[in-house]
Amino acid sequence: MSVNLAALLYLVASVCFILALKGLSHPETSRRGNFFGMAGMAIAVGTTLALAPTFDTNLLIVLAGIVVGGSIGTFIAIRVQMTALPQLVAAFHSLVGLAAVFVAVAAFYNPSAYGIGMPGEIRLNSLIEMSVGVAIGAVTFTGSIIAFAKLQGIMSGKPIVYPLQHWINLALGITAVMMVVWLCSSESSIAFWLIVLIALALGTLMIIPIGGADMPVVISMLNSYSGWAAAGIGFTLENNLLIIAGSLVGSSGAILSYIMCKGMNRSFFSVILGGFGGETAAAGGDAGDKTYNQGSAEDAAFLMRNSEKVIIVPGYGMAVAQAQHALREMAELLKEDGVEVVYAIHPVAGRMPGHMNVLLAEANVPYDEVFEMDEINRDFASTDVAFVIGANDVTNPVAKTDKTSSIYGMPVLNVDEAQNILFVKRSMGSGYAGIDNPLFYMDKTRMLLSDAKKMCEDIVKALEQ
Amino acid sequence: MAEATLATKAGELADKAGELSAGLADLAREAAMTTMAGGGEHLGTSPLVIGLTVLVLAVFVGYHVVWSVTPALHSPLMGVTNAISSVIIVGGLIAALSGGSAVSDVMGFLAITLASVNIFGGFLVTHRMLSMFKKKKR
Repeated sequence: MSVNLAALLYLVASVCFILALKGLSHPETSRRGNFFGMAGMAIAVGTTLALAPTFDTNLLIVLAGIVVGGSIGTFIAIRVQMTALPQLVAAFHSLVGLAAVFVAVAAFYNPSAYGIGMPGEIRLNSLIEMSVGVAIGAVTFTGSIIAFAKLQGIMSGKPIVYPLQHWINLALGITAVMMVVWLCSSESSIAFWLIVLIALALGTLMIIPIGGADMPVVISMLNSYSGWAAAGIGFTLENNLLIIAGSLVGSSGAILSYIMCKGMNRSFFSVILGGFGGETAAAGGDAGDKTYNQGSAEDAAFLMRNSEKVIIVPGYGMAVAQAQHALREMAELLKEDGVEVVYAIHPVAGRMPGHMNVLLAEANVPYDEVFEMDEINRDFASTDVAFVIGANDVTNPVAKTDKTSSIYGMPVLNVDEAQNILFVKRSMGSGYAGIDNPLFYMDKTRMLLSDAKKMCEDIVKALEQ
Repeated sequence: MAEATLATKAGELADKAGELSAGLADLAREAAMTTMAGGGEHLGTSPLVIGLTVLVLAVFVGYHVVWSVTPALHSPLMGVTNAISSVIIVGGLIAALSGGSAVSDVMGFLAITLASVNIFGGFLVTHRMLSMFKKKKR
């Protein structure tokens, strides 16, 4: 196959990737979009195979890799629980990062395969591009491993703070740049491996201090990094397909991180630099002497059955309790009684962008009953009941009023404007941010203190009577 | 008479020059093939600049396309971008198929395996997510 034809086919693959992302603008077109993505990947792999100079035993290596990797990937994708999506995505990111490191190592020891020089005589700009690619890949690898461990619960999800973290990271960054200079001047393999090691350390140290509510940002950020790693390798290989695909993924991850940051009113850079994730302001001290109304499943069933409109506000707690199916059953029964039931999703509900939507979709909730915060926030005032389940901080009205609060300025769902509030909660503790929620003590609020799943099932029973 | 022979000779010469230049072009193409893309020395813009051009344009395309993605599908977006970034498999394929270097073979194999996990896993899990999104039954 001629190089020009290959380049054109790579262009077709790039267009397929763009169409794959474009398809996601609506659920109707999204499945077709995903098939475009698969087609693009098939074209990319097929073209590269057709371009290869030799067709001998090495083809077996390729096939073995695809079969082994493909089977593992298929097995994992079929078996994974939807609640475990965030850690799965983090694990997948780490693989992209490590693959980038391997490709860079291959390019360093066998540069003629990529047409970038001979061993010991690699062109200068290729060396720089290679260092950038390998460094981003290594950071993505260890960073994603840490993120995976935190999400999976292998490691404490809390931010771990250590002294001088920014200075250590800065020193490591500067050392890495010095190693790049050394590599470019001497092409020493020691310099190359030191860059890898430093980047591995940097990835670990950058993600360790981030945790808690910042995890959605971390995942999006690593998504972005994995894209830039591919783009960096694309420069080394002088392959436009890799550059295009990498940039698409890189900008996608960056936009998602931005949306997540905005959803928490946190600055992009404070999260991206790491280390600021642990602002756990202790401001819930006076919770003990306030009175609240406790309600039962029967009360809740009666109240909702006699309403015109109910907005359900699900949070990660619902997913932890696996309450989504029982919740959907409850909503179905209410709809049979003529009640309008819709769902309101906060941008940072769940552990990754859009996680709550997937969990509701899995429980057979139709997507046209699920609304984003901006679409629905005005409707709370004309709603009879807001049913909050497993969410807390994203409904806290102090974010709108109390300038001294650590969540001040964070966009919240206007649950406080609803006529009645039902709050499903395991106990009267405070949320992630450690802030007391004044909603609990309002006259119009009933606290339904129970496990989310059990409470939904009890309400279903009461509704069926 | 002499003019006619001169003209034919000139014609022959021109043909030969044409053949030679075609041969040269072939040679150049072969050279480009063997070195994949000859690097900064060849005529025209350096690959680095071309790469940067592509990068910047692709970032703009990505920016606009991703903002049009509905927030409800942000998880599938991560799944599919995950699979797409595994296009890095191309680098592994080149390494494994080049032959002649054990390091290159091993690294290529590892990169292909890891990227394949991601490609198959990423697209499939995205498909699983997307097939759950259903419209209201009316």
